Amino acid sequence: MARMKFLCDAERCIECNGCVTACKQENEVPWGVNRRRVVTLNDGVPGEKSISVACMHCSDAPCMAVCPVDCFYRTEEGVVLHDKDICIGCGYCFYACPFGAPQFPQAGAFGMRGKMDKCTFCAGGPEIDNSAEEYEKYGSNRLSQGKLPACAEMCSTKALLGGDGSVIADIFRDRATKRGKGAEVWGWSTAYGKPDQQQPAKGPKS
Amino acid sequence: MISARKLAISGAALVVLAVLSGCGEREQVILYQQGKYQGKPDSKPWESAPGDSLYTSSKWTKGDKSSWESAIRSRNQSQNEYVRIGG
Repeated sequence: MARMKFLCDAERCIECNGCVTACKQENEVPWGVNRRRVVTLNDGVPGEKSISVACMHCSDAPCMAVCPVDCFYRTEEGVVLHDKDICIGCGYCFYACPFGAPQFPQAGAFGMRGKMDKCTFCAGGPEIDNSAEEYEKYGSNRLSQGKLPACAEMCSTKALLGGDGSVIADIFRDRATKRGKGAEVWGWSTAYGKPDQQQPAKGPKS
Repeated sequence: MISARKLAISGAALVVLAVLSGCGEREQVILYQQGKYQGKPDSKPWESAPGDSLYTSSKWTKGDKSSWESAIRSRNQSQNEYVRIGG
């Protein structure tokens, strides 16, 4: 059975925010809500690393555990979704989530919170598939169109992988094996040559 | 005289109907069950037909989960550049 997962390759992510833009555009996410964002560690320091973060669709999701109205459910493909008709916008899921995935749109003056919004793995929600209601509340339902999340499919460097967990793990393993490690990861032949024609990394000049 | 009585009766009937319409309200309180999903049921992605949406290249049989999964797996390989552009 397919179990949908995201995987971000920190060696490849160039912090272009293409995934954030793709998500915003695909789902028409309202202003102030970021279903996905790029986090950079040691920003500005040589060797900085970036990863793209959204809902990780946890197997044992803390948001599901703490929700006082039990509006969360997990689909057969392992995607964690919620029913906005039941959500009361309390924010418990935001405190419980280790990734800061749940987002709350401003619903009025004085910082009033609206119903929770988060990454749906482009799987919509509990409305008729690809209906206007579903799009308005949850965004695009690409899985029911035989597609994968827009963020992963639009990633220019293919740093962000999204899909069946076993398949993307194989893709990542294959990639990590071919590119090597350490200084071999960088350089002209790695970027432009074919993996089997890589030159061995040269040592420092004496 | 009779028409005024008829008018009064019909007026009363309308008032009764208007009052009774308030009794037709739907249940607004969810019957809560601890730890169980309370929302609406969701449909499965493989229950849609490939032709239901535009720009879909994946092909699967409507309602067949395994064919949808294999379509998703083959689409997943487009994220593998060693396959996409050749290793």
